[in-house]
Amino acid sequence: MASALNYNYKVVKQFAIATVVWGVVGMLVGVIIAAQLAWPALNFDTAWLTYGRLRPLHTNAVIFAFGGCALFATSYYVVQRTCQVRLFSDTLASITFWGWQLVIVAAAISLPLGFTQGKEYAELEWPIDLLIAVVWVSYAVVFFGTLIKRKTSHIYVANWFFGAFILTVAILHIVNSAAMPATLTKSYSAYTGVQDAMIQWWYGHNAVGFFLTAGFLGMMYYFIPKQAERPVFSYRLSIVHFWALIFTYMWAGPHHLHYTALPDWAQSVGMVFSLILLAPSWGGMINGIMTLSGAWHKLRSDPILKFLVVSLSFYGMSTFEGPMMSIKTVNALSHYTDWTVGHVHSGALGWVGFITMGSIYYLIPRLSGKKAMWSTQLIEWHFWVATIGVVLYIASMWIAGVMQGLMWRAVNGDGTLTYSFVEGVKATFPYYVIRVTGGALYLAGMLMMAFNVFKTVQGGQAVDARIASPSVAHV
Amino acid sequence: MEALYLLIPLSVAVVFVAIWIFFRASDSGQFDDLVGPGMRILQDDDSVQSEISSSNNKDNLRHPD
Repeated sequence: MASALNYNYKVVKQFAIATVVWGVVGMLVGVIIAAQLAWPALNFDTAWLTYGRLRPLHTNAVIFAFGGCALFATSYYVVQRTCQVRLFSDTLASITFWGWQLVIVAAAISLPLGFTQGKEYAELEWPIDLLIAVVWVSYAVVFFGTLIKRKTSHIYVANWFFGAFILTVAILHIVNSAAMPATLTKSYSAYTGVQDAMIQWWYGHNAVGFFLTAGFLGMMYYFIPKQAERPVFSYRLSIVHFWALIFTYMWAGPHHLHYTALPDWAQSVGMVFSLILLAPSWGGMINGIMTLSGAWHKLRSDPILKFLVVSLSFYGMSTFEGPMMSIKTVNALSHYTDWTVGHVHSGALGWVGFITMGSIYYLIPRLSGKKAMWSTQLIEWHFWVATIGVVLYIASMWIAGVMQGLMWRAVNGDGTLTYSFVEGVKATFPYYVIRVTGGALYLAGMLMMAFNVFKTVQGGQAVDARIASPSVAHV
Repeated sequence: MEALYLLIPLSVAVVFVAIWIFFRASDSGQFDDLVGPGMRILQDDDSVQSEISSSNNKDNLRHPD
């Protein structure tokens, strides 16, 4: 069979283009809801346009549609190239693509209509949850099947990260989504009260750790060395990074439930594990950035490398900020404020977004038979516009968050509260406007990327990438 | 906290599976060479010029350098 001599680039290209499309959609919804917080009249008194329904649409679109498609695209590319073998099954790979798109479309319809399980980042109702499970199992079969039939004896470190991400997300999804269906569009969670909260944030934080971190670290360990044309700073450290993360991540979840009905000791365990996580996170960040040692000059002329390396500085920032915010005394100030939102977006826009954009810019020309993207200058523009957008977003949310925390806890001499809640909302208004500006800039960058990708893919032919024979590849 | 009766055994099981996978991989020599694999991905030429030349000239297996 001739196709067995080639890599399967088709499914990689499908997912790469879907990443860009869903990125535009998800970020557009994000800008809309950010504007609604500043100017609530933008709800237009229409139920399905309200913040409460669009917010889960935004989070699902950017995490699972944009981020998810990027993870599929890059993991399928990396596992094939590093194992020197075609994907385990073209049919199953195709099923994962169309199945995942079906999940996304079902989410985009059902969430605005108000069908939700009410669990953050796991809002989708039970029929969609079942479809996710089917797609995910197919994904695991394709990925691990490819690993098993590999032609190289060593498994490159990026594949360990992708593999851990796939397995853990399967466990998280199945445990957290356990529910009793009442009708086709309504179900009741298997857990209640504080039990539900604990399961939910065990899921929620591990989704951050394995979906939004481990998978994207897989991208980092492949695309930064490839784009910089330098081996990773320390391969040994990358292996230590992986196992340290795997053994310490699982217990950070309770930091989302500080000062709630969760037992105090469980909160403290969550805090301690969150603090421990600083070590592997920074080890990995330094390992990635130092990959450029001796090649720093490449940052001047290569905007793709700028995306990849700056993503790591945001990774470093948010993995320092996160453990700090998990300390109970800091959390007493930051909890429920916009600081949390700023923290999440420093990771989401800066780390996940930038590493994805860099990786997709790397992939698109190779998948379209072009030597480079249509315009390198436009990538440069995208980089700067997006960077300014992220900085405006997170700086405004830091200020707003600390201000809200201080206003809420301020007490008069007689023990009454100094500020009513609405005074805090009013004081936040200018920062909400700055946040909309930052988000709009980030979206503008994404539109530049979409245009650039369109021009690059246009007229390109499908690439038949032949698998080099191992004996030849090592001369 | 009944939720922990599920989560703690599950997480401990995951850790033991991870330990088992780690030692299996280690014993099979996955981590013997901690320098070479980093270099090897750079030898895999995935640039477009090489794709076109290798698909146009299928008998030419010489690695371009």
